Amino acid sequence: MKNFKFIFPFILVCLSAIVWSCSDDDPVIESNDIFDRQAMLANWSDNIIIPAYQAFSTDVDALKSAVEAFETEPNEANLNTVRQEWEAAYIAWQNISMFNIGPAETTFMRSFINTYPANVSSINTNISTGNYALQAANANDEQGFPALDYLLFGLADSDAQILEFYTSNVNASNYINYLTDLVDRINVIANQVVASWEGDYRDTFVNNSGAASNSSTNKLLNDWMFYYEVVFRNGKIGFPAGVFSEGSTLPQNVEAFYKKDLSKTLCLEALNAFQDFFNGEAFEGTTRGESVASYLNFLNTMKNGEDLSLIINNQFDLSITAISNLDDNFFNQINTNNNVMLVAFEELQASVVLLKSDMFSALSVAVEFESGDGD
Amino acid sequence: MLEKYTTYLQNSEKAAPLAVFRILFGGLMIFSTLRFVSQGWVNKYYIEPSFHFKYYGFEFVTAFGQYTYILYAITLLSAIGITLGYKYKTATILFFLSFTYCELIDKTYYLNHYYFVSIIGFLLIFLPANCYFSIDAYRNSKIAFRKIPRYNILVIQLMLCIVYFYAGLAKINTDWLFKAMPLQIWLPSRYYLPVLGDLFQKEWMHYAMSWFGMLYDLAIPFLLLFKRTRVFGFVLVVIFHVLTRVLFPIGIFPYVMICATLIFFDASFHEKIISFFRRLFKIKFVENNRALYLIPNVKKKLLTTLFITFFTFQLVFPFRYMLYPDELFWTEEGYRYSWRVMLIEKGGYVQYKIVNPKTGNWFYVDHNKFLTEYQQKQLRTQADLILEFAHFLEKHYKEKGIENPEVYVESYIALNGRLSQQFVNPTVDLTKVNESFSHKDWILPFNDTIYGF
Repeated sequence: MKNFKFIFPFILVCLSAIVWSCSDDDPVIESNDIFDRQAMLANWSDNIIIPAYQAFSTDVDALKSAVEAFETEPNEANLNTVRQEWEAAYIAWQNISMFNIGPAETTFMRSFINTYPANVSSINTNISTGNYALQAANANDEQGFPALDYLLFGLADSDAQILEFYTSNVNASNYINYLTDLVDRINVIANQVVASWEGDYRDTFVNNSGAASNSSTNKLLNDWMFYYEVVFRNGKIGFPAGVFSEGSTLPQNVEAFYKKDLSKTLCLEALNAFQDFFNGEAFEGTTRGESVASYLNFLNTMKNGEDLSLIINNQFDLSITAISNLDDNFFNQINTNNNVMLVAFEELQASVVLLKSDMFSALSVAVEFESGDGD
Repeated sequence: MLEKYTTYLQNSEKAAPLAVFRILFGGLMIFSTLRFVSQGWVNKYYIEPSFHFKYYGFEFVTAFGQYTYILYAITLLSAIGITLGYKYKTATILFFLSFTYCELIDKTYYLNHYYFVSIIGFLLIFLPANCYFSIDAYRNSKIAFRKIPRYNILVIQLMLCIVYFYAGLAKINTDWLFKAMPLQIWLPSRYYLPVLGDLFQKEWMHYAMSWFGMLYDLAIPFLLLFKRTRVFGFVLVVIFHVLTRVLFPIGIFPYVMICATLIFFDASFHEKIISFFRRLFKIKFVENNRALYLIPNVKKKLLTTLFITFFTFQLVFPFRYMLYPDELFWTEEGYRYSWRVMLIEKGGYVQYKIVNPKTGNWFYVDHNKFLTEYQQKQLRTQADLILEFAHFLEKHYKEKGIENPEVYVESYIALNGRLSQQFVNPTVDLTKVNESFSHKDWILPFNDTIYGF
């Protein structure tokens, strides 16, 4: 019984020590046996995310200049320049679409920049009335690259006829205004996001290096996984190929539907970017830094298990091959031989298993919603 | 021999330990209920979802929309009643019924901790925990006793011993002991803890923690039962539970266990706690030295039968997995209700495929249309949920006009760091399979072996 006098203070000290240790605002721990998660975050932000956002922003600036030139002088040459810059920017977009953290999240970047299929009737109404609010959440299918796709390639069958919408059409000025407004909007969002990353957000991102469900690693990986499964696999291939629509294909829902022959290019660019991120490969050049692959390798040395990062990379390569076998024009591909689309889908599917089941499990990444108790 | 034991069980023991247990348990349940409601979980778990996974045999249990909060109000009020020992009999019955009912609404949220709370709630109905230091005792001196038959306290102690010991037994398996799984996955991700964070990156630490965990669980009932080792055991209990609280998101369970373990201490210790409460709340008290004696009557005989049946069940039920073939951690047949706590890491992936036999068309199902993220997470690794959802989809698509839809599942599971293996046989049409207690032969065999419990 005498022990009790000492037990409770002792327990109190233990409890306070452990409770105090719960605060995770400690800096990076230097050690060779430890995987440097903050270095991974820094590699992601400094070598991949920020350069990719900056490249995108540059391309969107070029698109804006092209549109301004077209506004001044709406002729075929300028229209072609706009189209080229649109294509370059759309390709650049594929490198950043997978990130939905920080400013991209708060500006609803992906939603406003790349929701497809474009809502053609709404767009037409917007143009004829001249009345529209692009900031509204449900206006996401009336703007962005898909809407531009329609305006640049979908208004009519021939280039000459398309040009007429901007010159001799009774609403020509409305068409030009809408075109410029859409590009301005992308430009504003892109600049906002870049400014945020070049400003405070980079440090916020890198310093939130814990393992809680709202840590940078967890949030980013969860978004990245969602992107792959829903935006990439379903959006680019699954939905159009009819995988979720009770057997009937929806070829009109492919990305870049009006341009037609860009679908595959966009798809491959996105998949390559996705794999590069997995491997921590810098946006410019081929140097690889800390990323998911190296993290898996580090964890693997401890359990002598399968080389998961190699298996995942192999599956990515198989997916790239399967997609390369598709027609440049997914719309055509679906209509002539949809089975090849389904083959590509199955390859992409196999990656989902590896990422969602194996990778998440191995990294012990908490699924984002987890605010409940576990067991 | 038997008479020696029955006498031992019936002997008078001071009621203070049971009273303190009642107060602490009730208090924690008040806190737990408030926490649950304030986190918005009533809405998130029981009101928002349009679909719930049912417990086998309890399909009639449903949520009541906004009125579900009434159930939680009942739980809260009855927990207050238990703590204060006010209308204790009604309070314990209402607590047990309301708490268990809420848990039965959706299998997704099954936790061993909730099962434990239900059990304690059930046991309390039959224990006179309101005979001492309670409002009931204050108002009705006829039911106030300072001493009660010892078995009342032993019942709680026995239940705690079972929980710990079985949790320890569960850890005796080759994955846990010889591969340090799943701690080898979980600990490195807690790198941000000072001192411990660094240690958790080391492989030897994973093995140390695994073995310590197993030995602790097995030994702690004995350390607590014997007076000499009791204080040491209790210190270990506190350290263990605070550590697991820091490491894992397991709610208030650690605190429930720490407080529950106090019941192993002597009555004098508990009477000191009660005097402390009395001084704190300035409660005037006149000690009565009455003792409740066991009168062998029909009621007591029924009670004895109840306890014997209950504990036999608790001792035997966790072993029912042996009746099923294949690996327990893989099929999870017999996994629940057996104190297998934080034992395995299971990641998974599941995709439902509907085939229209008439047209040959097939399509994948977008699960987000029907299930919340939490439900999907549980769905991925549990066969009974997979089957239940298959039947739901069958019904859903029948209503949408597909005659006799066929439901196939592509599912993969990564268990304790192994590479994903296919779980459900993708060629089996689950609409033709019915839920039962027999083995689910549509689960593909586990292509590895785990030895142990």
